[in-house]
This record gives sequence, C-alpha cells and structure tokens, in this order.
Amino acid sequence: MLAKKETVPFSGTKEQEESLLKVISELKDEKGAMMPILQKAQDIYGYLPIEVQTIISNETGIPLEKIYGVATFYSQFTLSPKGKYQISVCLGTACYVKGSGDIYNALMEKLGIVGGECTPDGKFSLDACRCVGACGLAPVLMVNGEVYGRLSVDDIDDILAKYE
Amino acid sequence: MENVNIKINGLDVCAPAGSTILDAAHIAGVKIPTLCFLKEINEIGACRMCVVEVKGARNLVAACVHPINEGMEILTNTSALIESRRRTLELILSTHDKRCLSCVRSGKCELQELCQELGVEDENHFEGESPEYELDESAAHMIRDNNKCILCRRCTAVCEKVQSVAVIGPNNRGFSTFIGSAFDMGLGDTSCVSCGQCIVACPTGALYEKDFTDDVLAAIADESKHVIVQPAPSVRAALGEEFGYPMGTDVEGKLAAALRRIGFDRVFDTDFSADLTIIEEAHEFLGRVQNGGVLPLMTSCSPGWIKYCEHYYPDQLEHLSSCKSPQQMFGAVAKTYYAEKMGLDPKDIVCVSVMPCTAKKFEIDRDDQNAAGVPDVDISITTRELARLIRKLGIDFKSLPDEPFDDPLGESTGAGVIFGATGGVMEAALRTAVETLTGEELENVEFQEVRGTQGIKEATYNVAGMDVKVAVASGLSNAKQIMDKVRAGEADYHFVEIMGCPGGCVNGGGQPQVHAEVRNYVDVRAIRAKALYDNDEAKVIRKSHENASVKRLYEEYLGEPGGERAHHILHTTYVKRSIN
Repeated sequence: MLAKKETVPFSGTKEQEESLLKVISELKDEKGAMMPILQKAQDIYGYLPIEVQTIISNETGIPLEKIYGVATFYSQFTLSPKGKYQISVCLGTACYVKGSGDIYNALMEKLGIVGGECTPDGKFSLDACRCVGACGLAPVLMVNGEVYGRLSVDDIDDILAKYE
Repeated sequence: MENVNIKINGLDVCAPAGSTILDAAHIAGVKIPTLCFLKEINEIGACRMCVVEVKGARNLVAACVHPINEGMEILTNTSALIESRRRTLELILSTHDKRCLSCVRSGKCELQELCQELGVEDENHFEGESPEYELDESAAHMIRDNNKCILCRRCTAVCEKVQSVAVIGPNNRGFSTFIGSAFDMGLGDTSCVSCGQCIVACPTGALYEKDFTDDVLAAIADESKHVIVQPAPSVRAALGEEFGYPMGTDVEGKLAAALRRIGFDRVFDTDFSADLTIIEEAHEFLGRVQNGGVLPLMTSCSPGWIKYCEHYYPDQLEHLSSCKSPQQMFGAVAKTYYAEKMGLDPKDIVCVSVMPCTAKKFEIDRDDQNAAGVPDVDISITTRELARLIRKLGIDFKSLPDEPFDDPLGESTGAGVIFGATGGVMEAALRTAVETLTGEELENVEFQEVRGTQGIKEATYNVAGMDVKVAVASGLSNAKQIMDKVRAGEADYHFVEIMGCPGGCVNGGGQPQVHAEVRNYVDVRAIRAKALYDNDEAKVIRKSHENASVKRLYEEYLGEPGGERAHHILHTTYVKRSIN
C-alpha cells in the first residue's frame, strides 16, 4: 500500500459546489473543457482537492486519473489549500546565495510538509518565491506579507512562535 | 489506395499514401527499432528509438508517426542514427533499476534487447540522481515497480483506449513524472478491473503478476493435501510460445504431461467446467426468455468484465448471468461432487487453476465463491507463471509426450475449448440452446457469424420460430458501447457475450508477452484462436450437453440444471462498486 499523506480536511460549502456545477454544465460539452473547468474550480475553492476533482470527474465523465494527471502537470494548479499563515521563502539569486535554500529546507522539516503544501491543521502553508525586491535584507522570507530579513536557520523557531 | 514512391536506404519502395515511415519500412522488410510504439494504441513518437534521417529535414524524425511523401529519401541505419539511439538508451538507463539478473522480464525485455542490439557498452554511462519508488502491491493480481518503468505510456494507453478504464496515467511533470493513479491511490483502491492488459503491453519488468508458483510447490510438497489442477482452454493455445513453438501451436497434450510431472495428484481441465457453464447458462437463458426475465442475458465468464460492470454499470447488474465462471464452477464441483466421490474432506483439496488471466487471481477471493464452505479455487496462476514453473523444475517441455487429462473432470467437448476465443461462449451456448429449443440435431454446429476478432459482432438466428438476436464484444471499450446502448434501452439483444480482453482469453493479461514488433504486425488473437477452433473441429463431440461426464455429474449429484443444488454450487452474486 502506498503511504497516504494527511491533508487539510475539506471544507467546501454548498455555494461553492453550486458554482462549480454551474461552471461544469456551461463548459463540459466544449472540446478541451478540462483546463478551463480546472481553472474556474481553483478560483472557486482556492485549490483542487480530491473532493473537487471527483465532482469534475463525475460530471464530465473524464476519468479521475486524467484530471489528476493534468492538475499535477501544470504548476499553476495546486492540490493544497493556502494556510492561515502563508510563508514564502525567497529563492531569488541574492537570497539563495545567502542561504535561503537552507531556510526553506529547515521550514519543510519543521512543518512536516514540502513546498506548495499546507500543514494538516490548516495553519501554515509554504511556498518558494522569486525576488521580493529586498535583496539588501537577504535572505528573506514573508509571512502573510510581513517581511523578515537577514535570517539564519536559528531564527525560524522564533518567527513561527509568533503565529502559534 | 494511392501509392507513394520513396527511397529507404537507397532502395525504391512503393507504399500506400498516408503510411508512416515505419509502416513503409516494414513493407520493404527494413526493421526500424521501436520502444514506445504500439500500433493503433500508443502512437506518440516519444521514446526516439525509431528516429530516422529524412533528406531535407532539419532534425531526425520519429518514423512511427511521420507520414511519407512522394520522393522522400529516408536513411534508417547510419552510424549517426545508431549513436543517437544508443544515447537515448543510455539516458533511459540512467534512471532505470538495472538489476536485470533477478528481473522477471529478463530475457524477454524489450529494453534489454535493444541495449544488446545497439551495443550499449556502459549501462552507467550517465550517472546522477535517480528516483526511488515504492512497489505498488495493493492490487490482488499485480505489482507495479516504477523503478523499472521507462515512461513509454504503453500501459496507460491500453488502459484508457482499449479498456476504457483509465485508472493509471502520468502524474507530475519532467523528472518527477511517474505512472500511477489519482491522488497516489494504490491500484487496489481504484476501479482497476484486474485485466492485466497493461502487463502484456509493458516492454520491461515494471508490471508483473503476483507470482504464486511457490505456493503451488508448497501445496504439492504437503502430503496431507490432494492437489488438483485445471488449465483454461486458451492456455493450450499460447503456452507453447514460451518454449519456442510458433504462435498458434496447440500444446494440449504436452500441457497435461507437464502438469503431471510438476506433481499434481490429478490433472483435470477447465474445458470440463466450460461445458458445465454452458448447460447452466443456456438453461438460465431459456428460463429468462420463457419467463419474461431481464434481457439481454450477459455472460459472466470473464472476471475482468464482471468487475468492470460492477464499477461502471452498477445499475445494470441484473443483466449478468448468475453462473460462476468456469474456473469457479470447476473448483465448486471439485470440492463437492469430486470430494464426495473420492471420500476426501474438501479442506484437504487444493484446487489450482492455470489461467490466461490476471483477474482470476482477484476472482478466487470474491464473496459467494465457496460452495463447500472453503474457497472454490485456492491458487490461480497465469500461463506465464506455469511456464516459469516448468522451467524451474527442469521439465524439458519439447520432449514431453502428449498425454490426456484425467477423469472425471477432464472430459470436454469442442464447445468447451472454444471458450478461449471471443464468440466461443456464444457459439457453444447456441449449439446447446438451439438443440434444446428445436429438439432436433444441428446439421452444422459452426456459427461463423460470431467468430473473428472484430470488437463487436452481431447476429440474428431464427430458432424454433423465434428470432434470437445476439451480440459478442471483447475488450472493454467495446463492452462500453454495448452497455451504453443497454443502459439507454436501445439494445434489443437477447444474449450478449462479453470478454474483458480484446479477442477474448487467448489474448488475456496472463498470456505470454508478445514483442511489440511482432504484435504490431501480426494478429495474435486470430492466430491463437485458430488453435482452439482447430482443436474443436478435430473433436468427435462438439456440444456441451453431450459431455458424458457432465451428464453423469447432473445424474449423480446436481439434479436438474438450474435446480436448487446446481444453483447453490454453480451460481454466485455481484456487488455494486464505485468509480475511483
């Protein structure tokens, strides 16, 4: 059996489902409808969890694996929601040479997730970003837009503690 | 069709317009190596093994998808091309698990063969990161080892296009791409139907059946067990390929001899229970016609088809015949009638089946398949596993004498043996149903309209004043077409035969793998089926209801076809499943 990863519980609303069904019924008879449906679905839910992909599969008749294959191929689609606190680590050139890669790796280890994912309690999500225009402060990370600079791996615990 | 004149390696070649370079080269007897290409199934030009030089073209072109034009000049074997192909192989090998010695596919691996042919000297030419994947062992019938996968997509193309199942596909992108199911589900958690067509499509050892040959040997070594075996009809039409016989050689006699030498206490034949299936199914059919039951009646011999119907057409299950498959009927009779006759405790009988099929491994663990309170069939192995077992035990297959099957569960008719080809069950059922309805002997027992490897066949027979409309489908994408009509109420068939694999069991997921270069230009299904039809033609008794052992089984034990005891032992139930 392949290991199943714990994920944030799905909390889609009736309204979201209704707007998704409306989108699907408008688009499903068009050729190549899968991409626009997935884009709209991500607009509605913010991400594409199994519950959403299953609705799309059931309504369009497109096998779930085909949808999943497309959703995991394009980096603009995400299978994880954004957390209450969205952490972005700058992996731009200046930050990277100043060691932001280590910070990014340390965050993955501490949060138990990989880049692009969200902790199962929905609190933190982690992403890499490119230059945020604060190279003088390298290495830099942001939490919900708040910038932290001149970091070392040892600063991570303090930053996370602020949001506990 | 219009022809086009081209030059291949300087030779003038004339080929139909619209042909690919690969097809034109085939006509000219020029071999271009391929790897990802499966004719009409996977034509994506992805692996770059078939690259050729075309005069005037900027780059090397993929012969498998590139169409020919008038006057085209093609070179297929320059040293630059050989170098390019070898480099491609070296790149494939850079992430390939190269433990070939212990690989189930060693010696029949298309990747290994190409490496030998093209002279790859260093399998570690490119070093670097190599992904590691866990084996997916979640399904009852097979294992996926993505460490041996070369991402050719032959399996996913078959699953989607031929079988309309599509539970596997490429996930992620670039270096992270792997073949798997949605949301990292194990294959066993999906609506995979266990047909095994992905295994016979795979060029390497990435996909293989779960091997139970050691369980067979352990059972035989256990003196307290009475171990019996039943090979399916189509095994005799394909096993020979594993031992160097030409495709389509019927090795029935050597098959029985080999099984005896492996050490089974009795060597019986699934053909016996194929005949038995016909008696029960024809009875069920006539019952439904006469009593206004649900029509069309659909055959239930193919466990891949049954699982497909349960997942994808759970609202149509009442069409399925309640008859167990021949494999299960055999086990059920062995552990009731035969056990009683022999004075054996059913618990001490181990029933082994040899099947052209991987879904049979799933079927033996289904509910309601235990007539004597123990599983009807204990171990199901494929034709490939049997070949492995024969080799492991040092049995020299080619020098074996032809031997018969044992009595009483080894007697069969020509109707039983044609079960292995698409249309065979229908023809066998018609032979019995027509004689039962008319009360007269058939002049000609051959129903040619339901023979052949087309995906869907239809025919109407006037029997005793009634038009009986039948359909035969093989391959689940064809089954889907029939089922959509049935669901929509647009089908007026009385009786439908469906086999999960294209061409029926002869082309089952448990049969010897055929190299893509052969498979692309030879109709494996038709050649193997011919062996079964020839076997039938050579038989004196060709109608299931004339099988003396089957008649005796009813007289001594079962009572009436479809009667209470027959129903308890020979029939089963189905479950609604979901699509994952």
